[in-house]
Parts: sequence; C-alpha cells; structure tokens
Amino acid sequence: MPLADARAICPDVTTRPADLAREADALSALRRWASRYAPMVAADGTDGLVADITGVAHLFGGEAELRGDLHARLEWAGLSVASAIAGTRGAAHALARHGGGILAEGALVQGIGRLPVSALRIDHATADALARVGVARIADLAALPRAPLARRFGAALVLRLDQLLGHQPEPVAAEPEPPHFGVRITLPEPIGLQSDVMAGLARLLDRLCATLALHQQGARRLRLELRRVDHGTAQVEIGLARPMRDPARIAALFAKGVDEVDSGFGIDGMRLSATITEPLAPEQIGSGPALRQEDALADLVSRLGNRIGFDRVLRMVPANSKIPERSFQLVAAAWSEPLAAPRRRGPLRPITLFPPEPVTHASGHPPAQFRWRRMSFTTLRAHGPERITPEWWFDDPSWRNGLRDYWRIETQQGPRLWLFHTPQNPAWPAPSGAQNWPAPSGAQNWFAQGEFA
Amino acid sequence: MTTLHNLTRRPAAADPFTLTNARVHEAGGPGRRAFALVQCLRHPGPVLWVLPAHEPQRPMLRGLPAGLGERLMLLTPKGETDLLWCVEEALRAAPVALVIAEPQQALSLTAGRRLQLAAETGRTTGLMLIREGQGSSACETRWHCEPVAATAADSTLHRWSLNKNKSGTIGSWTLNWHGATAAVHLVSPAGERCQPAEPPR
Repeated sequence: MPLADARAICPDVTTRPADLAREADALSALRRWASRYAPMVAADGTDGLVADITGVAHLFGGEAELRGDLHARLEWAGLSVASAIAGTRGAAHALARHGGGILAEGALVQGIGRLPVSALRIDHATADALARVGVARIADLAALPRAPLARRFGAALVLRLDQLLGHQPEPVAAEPEPPHFGVRITLPEPIGLQSDVMAGLARLLDRLCATLALHQQGARRLRLELRRVDHGTAQVEIGLARPMRDPARIAALFAKGVDEVDSGFGIDGMRLSATITEPLAPEQIGSGPALRQEDALADLVSRLGNRIGFDRVLRMVPANSKIPERSFQLVAAAWSEPLAAPRRRGPLRPITLFPPEPVTHASGHPPAQFRWRRMSFTTLRAHGPERITPEWWFDDPSWRNGLRDYWRIETQQGPRLWLFHTPQNPAWPAPSGAQNWPAPSGAQNWFAQGEFA
Repeated sequence: MTTLHNLTRRPAAADPFTLTNARVHEAGGPGRRAFALVQCLRHPGPVLWVLPAHEPQRPMLRGLPAGLGERLMLLTPKGETDLLWCVEEALRAAPVALVIAEPQQALSLTAGRRLQLAAETGRTTGLMLIREGQGSSACETRWHCEPVAATAADSTLHRWSLNKNKSGTIGSWTLNWHGATAAVHLVSPAGERCQPAEPPR
C-alpha cells in the first residue's frame, strides 16, 4: 500500500523509514541465536529464518514443546513471531506466513491445501493468472494435471509445488560463519617474566597468523589481553601501518607494550585478537629489494605510530583548492598512499607556510619598509599582486576578512617573504588620543604567511 | 700536452654541499630549510621531516621541488623526548634516505652521540635544523645558511657557510638555487680587488 493511501485512511499514522542494514544485522544475530535449536539455520528471505530440525525435536520433548520454547523465549525478548513446523521447507514457509502451526507427518496436503496459491513463493503475475483461471487454493492446484500447468505457467510454478509437496529436495544450507581472528592460551602456572610473555605471544601469533593466512587477511590492529591471577586484566594494543601477518615483525611491535605491563602475582591466561583486519593476498617470498624496503618502511611507520600516535605520522597529499592552507592535506601515513603532487604551474609558492603573522610599520603599497618578527626589512623587489578570493562555501574563520592580495617580497636583508594584504578589511581605527598611530590606509592589514627558498 | 691531459683526467672536484653519508649534520640560520630541501633532492628515497607539534612553520606541498612531495613524511611528536626518539628510530631504519629534524633545545652530548651511532647503524644521513648557537659538538658538519638579496631579478641567492667540518675544510659559498630542481649554481662573489691582478705567467 502506498504511503499516500495509508495516510488517506489513517491521517495519524506514524511512519518511519526502514533501516534495511540494521534489520539484516538483527536477523543475522537472531540466526546465530536460533542455532541453539538446530545445526542448520539459514535466513529465509529478508524477514524469516528456516531451521532444519530433523532429529532434533526429541531433545526439547517434541515438536510442540520446541515451538513453545521458541515462542516463549522470543516473546520474553520482546519479539512477536509466527512459526510453523512442516515436513518440507516450502510447506513450513507457506504455513508460517499464513497462521502458523504444526503439520503432522503425512497430513501435508490436508493441512496446506486451504492456503492461497500466493503462499507458494511464486511471483505476483503467476498468482494473478492462477486466480483468473479460478485456481485460488493450493489444493485446487495440486489436483490439476501437471503438463498443461507447466506449459501455461512455466516450470517455476511446478518446481515450487514439487518442493512444497516434497517431490523435489530443498535443503537448508547454513551460512558460513565469518572467520574469527582470536586465539587464547591458558597457562597451568602463572608467569611473570617478560621473556615468558613474549614466548607465549609468539605461540599465539603463530596460530593467529595461520588463521589469517587461511582467510587471506592481514591484521591492521591487534589486542593482547593478559589475565592475571587476581582476575585483573592488562591490555596491550598495537596498530600496524599496513595489513600484515608476519609473526616475527608483529611480535617486535608488542615488545614495548609488554614491557610496561604490570604482571602482579602472575599471568595465567593470554588472549590475542585481531580487531581490525584487511584483505591481504598471498605474496611471493623474496620478491626483491623494493618490497623489502617497503616492508621496512611500513615497520618504521608502525613503530613510530605506536609511540607518538598514528595521527602524528603524516603525509602530504595535494588537494584541489587555491587557498594556500587548503592546497594540500596532512593525512595519516598509515592509512594513505603517496600521491604525486601536481606539476608546478602558475605563480611561485613558498617552501614553508605558517599562519598569518601581522607585519607592522608597513609603509607604502607594497610596503617599502616593514617589521616582521622583530626584524626590520627593506623591500628590494616586489612581485604581485596575486589575488586569491576566499571559498565562500566554507566558513573559514581565518578568511573572514575577505580576499587577499599576495605579494612576493624580496628584501634587502635577504629573506624572500610571502606577504598579503586584505583590501576588503579596513585598518583598525586609531584609539582616541593616540599620537603616533600608523596611517590608516593599508598600514595594519599586511600579513606574512610564507617564506620562499 | 701533459698539463692538458692532467686537466681532462683530473677528478671533478667534490661538490662542497654533499653531506657525508651515515652521519648527522647541522644547519642553522634563516635559510636552513632551503638547505634542507636541497639535501632532500640529493638523497633519493624516503625523507622524514621531524618537527614539534606546535611548530607553525611547516613545509608547503605546492612550493616543494618536483618529486619530493610523495616521498616526504612529516612526523609531529609532542615533546622533545619523543622528537629525539623519532629521529633516532628513523636514523636506525635502513630504508630512510634522509632524516631532517627541528629540535627545540640544544642537543646534549649524549643525544648527539646517540644520533651519530644510530645514523651509523642504519647508514642514514641526518640533518638537524638548529637554532642559533644550539649546535652539538657531535655533529659531522655545521652549516650556516642565509638567503642573500640578489642584484638580478631572476636569481635567488643563498650564502651557505661551512663553519665546522670534522673531516675536511671549512668554507663559504654564494650560490643560486631557484627552488625547483637539485641544480645549484655557484656564484663568484662580486667585489673590489684590493691588490692588482697577478701578471699572466
């Protein structure tokens, strides 16, 4: 029913957009929980679960008790469910969506025959066509000769009917569990020496890296939990500059963290888990010095990042902006690839950039003399102006005083500076009573922002 | 004839600006960052630039020489201890070609010696951009770099003076480097001769 029709019937209807991703997550969680009833549980469409309970029901005291237990637990969790138990998957699907219940062995056609043909998992067009020829119920359909049915409505309808009646097999295939990258070790005697912990870690890493290699994954973040005898836990967490599954290189990164752990009365359990993994295809061993150098550089980034933080190991990548501050970005080197800078074009750019610093005692336009960082300069040559206008679609506080005219000033004293002038921003008015306040025109709105080579 | 032969076979004079490999050097003065960029261009491979987190003056990608941006990494540790640790760790790593650092305080003798040992272990060159008078006596060479006003409009002159050298002579050079490529052009100092020219032999 379209939303407009629903609103016409009930003006006060409350609507909420469907969150398909979270619904799928919830169904997946429910599927894992439902594996307590049967080994084979699979999702059935987007709104159902199907479980193969062959040989399972007696563990719960019978089919009715199993279904009652399921309902009781789900209702206690706040879910309203409908369920059915039948001899075939198709029959259970049809019955669960049309009232639910339990079909006894051998009473399949009698129990399911009263249901409409749309319960057969066929498309709407086929269901409409069947309704047009007067076949409304499954019992009517099952009584018809099969050959004309297949010719008129296609093989899909006959297949669904056969699956419903059990003439065609339809197994329940449980979905593969996502791989779990966690290993643990329990020790018979508590340990306290750093070398012992590292030896235990080496054993765990061997197992974890084997699992990672099996699934062609590389760890990006690893956590080592050390359980102490007094039930306290200590955690050591490391990040890696790129996906990796080499036990020796990972163990070297743990050394510093393990060194800082307080082992108390001893450690009797260790758990190692890869919290973040990324795909890592198998590599040929010894593929040359280039790869070794890349590995060594990644190791260095890991070591540096684990001490000073990965957000402090930076790489400069070009950005598409004329604003000097935004013409490049500083990104974490561990999460980015080096990008070639665009070719140098247009006006010269300084080699270093700093936040705008006011230039005082500026005289003239461009200033013939000025003071900056307590040094006085005399202009020898001035190149400019290069006008840069602010990006109005970003509200940048430092660009609120309008456009800027950039000048490259070569000074008699040597430094070549990048000065700018904000023509739209008038100078500060002189305070009342000030005698030697500089001239208001262009006196106070000069700033230095960079230094050329 | 022999003179000409000797002239053509004479090995080219070593570039005075080549830093000794696997040692830590120092550069000071207002033009030290330009000197560092020239050295970056002379060391192919990854370059690490360590500067304190609060340092506002940072390299600008669009102004760097071509090809340097993709192999330059910036490290911005918080304190002086972390900074020195980063420099030592980077010097010890073999794949790094050049480590440039801007320490805020004078290097102690211990720190300077440790950095030299790390550089020798990793066969990496280090360059400390020091402030005035904060040099360490462990350094291999110490340079004073300053930009010089140019008489011609299209030249960007620098004066780089080698004030300390453990394995060679000191000197002072005026050169023209325009900031785009590794090529530097030595400029003969213009001045008035206070003695008459020697007669030709």
